[in-house]
This record gives sequence, structure tokens and C-alpha cells, in this order.
Amino acid sequence: MSKKEWPLWEVFIRGQHGLNHRHVGSLHAPDAEMAINHARDVYTRRKEGVSIWVVPSKEITASSPSEKGPLFDPAESKTYRHPTFFDIPEEVGKM
Amino acid sequence: MAALETAATSVPEDSFVSDASLRPAFFEWLCRMGDNALILGHRTSEWCGHGPVLEEDIALANTALDLIGHTQMWLGLAGEVEGEGRDADKLAYLRDAMKFRNLLLVELPKGDMAVTMMREFLFDAFHYHLLTWLADNSKSPRVAEIAAKALKEVSYHLDRASDLVVRLGDGTEESHRRMQDALDLLWAYSGEMFVGDEVDAAMTQAGIAPDLESLRGEWETTVRDVLKEATLAMPAEAGFVHKGGKQGRHTEHLGFILAEMQFLQRAYPGASW
Repeated sequence: MSKKEWPLWEVFIRGQHGLNHRHVGSLHAPDAEMAINHARDVYTRRKEGVSIWVVPSKEITASSPSEKGPLFDPAESKTYRHPTFFDIPEEVGKM
Repeated sequence: MAALETAATSVPEDSFVSDASLRPAFFEWLCRMGDNALILGHRTSEWCGHGPVLEEDIALANTALDLIGHTQMWLGLAGEVEGEGRDADKLAYLRDAMKFRNLLLVELPKGDMAVTMMREFLFDAFHYHLLTWLADNSKSPRVAEIAAKALKEVSYHLDRASDLVVRLGDGTEESHRRMQDALDLLWAYSGEMFVGDEVDAAMTQAGIAPDLESLRGEWETTVRDVLKEATLAMPAEAGFVHKGGKQGRHTEHLGFILAEMQFLQRAYPGASW
């Protein structure tokens, strides 16, 4: 008898106000509400976050590893594309 | 400087703590609060590594840890009130079963997930209303402070337990049957939460704790709403109420918990790591 697994969810947590949500891992849950509860229990026991997003893993479209070359290689040795020549005013805060 | 200020305000003045006339009742009452959390926490921790799925296993372990945290605060204060040099550890590890003051409900074996979640739900609903009263109204600042801290975690426990009671009650034929069986089994143990004695009367008189009977209405409303959503039949008023745990008359199950929990401190007194 095969055991029916709950669907997989990807978990994103905003560490503090002003920061982006970051992917922290995944978990199983029957629906979104329980995925949030599970995320709270699995990933935020140490005051890691102020906000949680959960996304069904199957809804994520990933780039194919075999397309790595065409996708990313053209950016190689084009350091001028990095905005390293600007000073960021302090008032802007975290970017 | 900030640290000093925090330290200075972390223990509020509380004349009840050194009130000799209140001491026996206050100590008893604090042991009841601490022992409920300790024994339910221990029962819940028995799922650690045995949960049906990893996420529930972690959630149950978290709940157990929250409850053990509450135990430290309640029994810590109990030791202070008693004033005989016993701290939370000594009270937890070196008292015999007859000195434990927890409700019979929390010492029953963990059973299946239905019994575990239904027991937690019935207790959480009581715990939530009791702590809310204590945090808002207790004349003892120390009690109100502990209650306010515990309440944040217990609010989540109640949310989580309610959610699972609804999901399992209104789930499959099997989960519904198991939840109804669990409810029918535990119902006759839930009455003890609202049966006061002279200790409770002294606490109510002092303004430290509520009249337990006065919490019953809110508890019933919370429980009735969730059970209705869970399509579970609320049992009729229990004619017979299992009680006695608060006075130290326990079921045969408590001894086994203590044997496991206290073994190390009994065999190696003072051991720490």
C-alpha cells in the first residue's frame, strides 16, 4: 500500500521589515493554511521572521540546467553591468 | 544601562509572594498551574520522533517545549512562595505522585492522534480562557506576568488544535470515528477543570485567580463552536466527573510518567549537563 503524501510547499520568510522574503526551505501540508502553520513551527521558532509566504512547489517554473550557458554566460566579463560606481545615499537604507 | 533597566523591571513587586497567611494556598495553586503544563508537556513530548508526519512531529515537540517553559515559570514562582529552597527542577523531579497537583485529564496516556489532539483542544480552550483572565485581572503582578507570556503560545496552541479537531472530525469516516471516540472518552475528565476547592476559593478571595465555575461558559462556547464545525456530537452533560488530580489523587498512569521523567535525577542526584 502506498502512502498518500501531502503536496509540497516552498516557504519564504521575511526576516525583518524592509527586507525581501527569502526562500528558507520546503515542507508538506494538505493546504495553504496548514502550510503556514507548519512553516511557523518548522522555520520560525527562533524569531526568524515577521512574515511568511507559502507557494505550492508545483506552481514554480524553474529554468533548465541545460540552458545555463545561453542564459547566463553572455554576462561573463561584463563588469560594467554591475552598478558598483554609484554611492548609495544612506537614507535609501537596505537595497 | 538598558540591560540594567530591564533587569530592574523584570521582577515586579508582588506582596502576595511573601504573604505568609496566603502561602499554603498560593503554593498549591501555583503547583497546579505548573503541574498541568509539566504533565501535558511530557505527554505531548512522547510524540517526538513518532509523529505521523515530520511537520506534525515538530509542531507537537514545539508545543511540548512551550509547556515545559510555562512549567519553569509557574514552579519557579511556587518555589519562591514556598520559601524552602526548592526551585522548579526540585519540584518537578523530586516530588512523588501524591504531591502532584495536575488535572487527571492531562495525565491520561497519549493514545492516538485523535486522543492527543482532542485532549489538547479541551485543555487549551480552558488554558486560554484562564490565562486571559489572569493576564488581564490577576491582582498578583507576578502571576499576571507569567500568564501574559504563556498566553501568546497558548493562543497558538488553541488555534492549531482547533484547526486539527475540525480537519480530523470533518475528515474521513475513520478520522471522524476516532475523534468522536476520543471526545467521548475525555469528556468525563473535562469537568475537573471547573471544580473549585478551598485552594481555589482562597485564590479567588485574594483576587489572584478567577472563580473556575465562571470560566465554564466561555469554555463551552469555544468548544461547542469548534465541535460543531468538526461535525462532532458534544456529549451530554457528564453525570460523573473524574476528579481528584488537583488534590493529589491520581490515576495509575501518573506514576509511569514520573518514573520516566524523574529517573535520572533520582538515580544521579544533582546531575546536570
